Amino acid sequence: MSAAGAALRLRGGLTQRLVETARRWPTYMRVAAGVLALLVVAGLLANVVAPLDDTAVDLDHVLEGPTAAHPMGTDEVGRDLLTRVLHGVRISLVIAVLASLAAVAVGALVGVLAGTLGGRADAVLMRMTDVFASQNHFLFGVLLLVLFRPVLGGTGAIMLAIGFTHWPSLARIVRGELLSVRERPFVLAAIGGGASRHRLARRHYLPHLLPAVGLAFVLTVPHAVFHESAYSFLGLGLEPHQASLGNILADGQRSLLAGGWWIALFPGLALLAIAMTIGTIAEYWREHLHPRWRSELEL
Amino acid sequence: MLKLIARRLAVLPLVLLAVATVTFALTEISPFDPVEAYVGAESNVSTERKAEIARAWGFDQPLHERFGRWIGNIARGDMGHSIVAGGQPVGPEIVSRASASIALIGGALLLVLVGGLVFGVLAAAFRGTVFDWLVRTSCYFNTAAPSFWVGLLALYVFSIELGWLPAGFTSDPRSVQSASIDFDHLILPMVVLALTGYAWFTLYVRNTLLEVLREDHVQFARAQGIGEVAVLLRYALPNALIPFVTLTGTHLAELVGGAVLIESIFGWPGLGQLALQAALSEDIPMILGITLCASVFVVLGNLLADVLYRVMDPRVREAAA
Repeated sequence: MSAAGAALRLRGGLTQRLVETARRWPTYMRVAAGVLALLVVAGLLANVVAPLDDTAVDLDHVLEGPTAAHPMGTDEVGRDLLTRVLHGVRISLVIAVLASLAAVAVGALVGVLAGTLGGRADAVLMRMTDVFASQNHFLFGVLLLVLFRPVLGGTGAIMLAIGFTHWPSLARIVRGELLSVRERPFVLAAIGGGASRHRLARRHYLPHLLPAVGLAFVLTVPHAVFHESAYSFLGLGLEPHQASLGNILADGQRSLLAGGWWIALFPGLALLAIAMTIGTIAEYWREHLHPRWRSELEL
Repeated sequence: MLKLIARRLAVLPLVLLAVATVTFALTEISPFDPVEAYVGAESNVSTERKAEIARAWGFDQPLHERFGRWIGNIARGDMGHSIVAGGQPVGPEIVSRASASIALIGGALLLVLVGGLVFGVLAAAFRGTVFDWLVRTSCYFNTAAPSFWVGLLALYVFSIELGWLPAGFTSDPRSVQSASIDFDHLILPMVVLALTGYAWFTLYVRNTLLEVLREDHVQFARAQGIGEVAVLLRYALPNALIPFVTLTGTHLAELVGGAVLIESIFGWPGLGQLALQAALSEDIPMILGITLCASVFVVLGNLLADVLYRVMDPRVREAAA
């Protein structure tokens, strides 16, 4: 890196560094990042961008195809689909991000415990992880939803169902990385130099583990979006009137026989856009960070 | 080989015990009340009557006794009584629904394997061409597109608009043998269920083949003047196939979960639909039963993959011998 670049790096804040990084991206990454940013902004500003009320029923305009007034058409009770999809993007993204954070927290905790405790505790934790990993997580999530939806509500139960089923791969990676970094010369040197456990954890282990945890988080988000929408679609997630993408797709399923294809098409396109953009960005990041993680992180 | 199978089969009860323990613990932590679910929210069953039901079901007994009895019952194949099956035992209901699911999941797995192999090899053979680009693009699309959304679109296009294929059930409900499985009813759900897996497998086969094609033994075969087709199929493909088998085992679990969504969209009366009905009517014994059966299915699938792996890879075979 040139001296000017280094100076910029030192002076620059987060935005500036982001711009610097984005300059090195290939075109497909810029497109993905742009589309994702657009989706996030549109979702966050759903109330401003989409002027119509997402629950406003208009029985004079029921099941209308895409027109200038309703670019994505209207649903079976005349609600504007564009407004609902934008709200759906927000709801789905927020739930997915929180659920992924929960999953990453569980995975990191199990991995750190197994890696630091060692011995029998490690063996028990890792066998437990194996059992969880070999289960079908979708079916297990359904069980969790039924058991905990009455107390936690739809949103909370979905976060639990995703957080409790998407942690095994990260737990394995965190444990593996922890075990390998402990044997590295610089850590051995630090231990020989009398570094405290606290200092070892803060200066050596944490910086080594954070990229893996961050990447696992980003890779989990599309899965969480899929699971949230699938559970809501089946009627096990959010309340039916809430504009989650899965709920709109369930409306779409009911309207198919009446020819309302747009209600099934557009929310799915939003899901597809979210999954493809985040997937592309995560994949690019992974390849640059650690090519070896390919197989292990495919959740 | 027999030793491996015996050892892995011996692990099966342990896995089931672990799954049963976790699910039992979850039902204990959860405030979910089976008695309330049984009598229904709007019923005016008296508190004494509810206590009577709870006593009849053994809820007044201490935790460890209930757990022990539950494990004992499962070991004997008694998984309790189901609400959605009208109070009938869980086991026989699962057995009666299993064949539809096995047909669906088996057919989808076959499509995933054959499709993944054929298109993966073709994409690798024609790498860099328009065909390769088309295959890869369709795969990226299918890995990101939610299966139930693709299912809805397929249902609309092929059943409602074009009318080529029936929209649901295993056979024409008006026919005499409505319990049988007709192939034209199977096509749509099977293909949609297979799409995600097909995409992963195709990309996987293509990328592995391209890696193997760079290796020395392939260069040597080419230097000997062996044709490109033979190089691809006889020298490169066997190496790419070995991890493919292990992937198949793990993919089985994914298909079981995908079946819940696909069966509900296409009205396919298998275990996935049964699981959904059970979930919607808070029928815990049935969900637990299906979860346990899915575990057995997945463990057996992984065992089969391991056995095949040994049959196919001479290195592992000789190391084990």
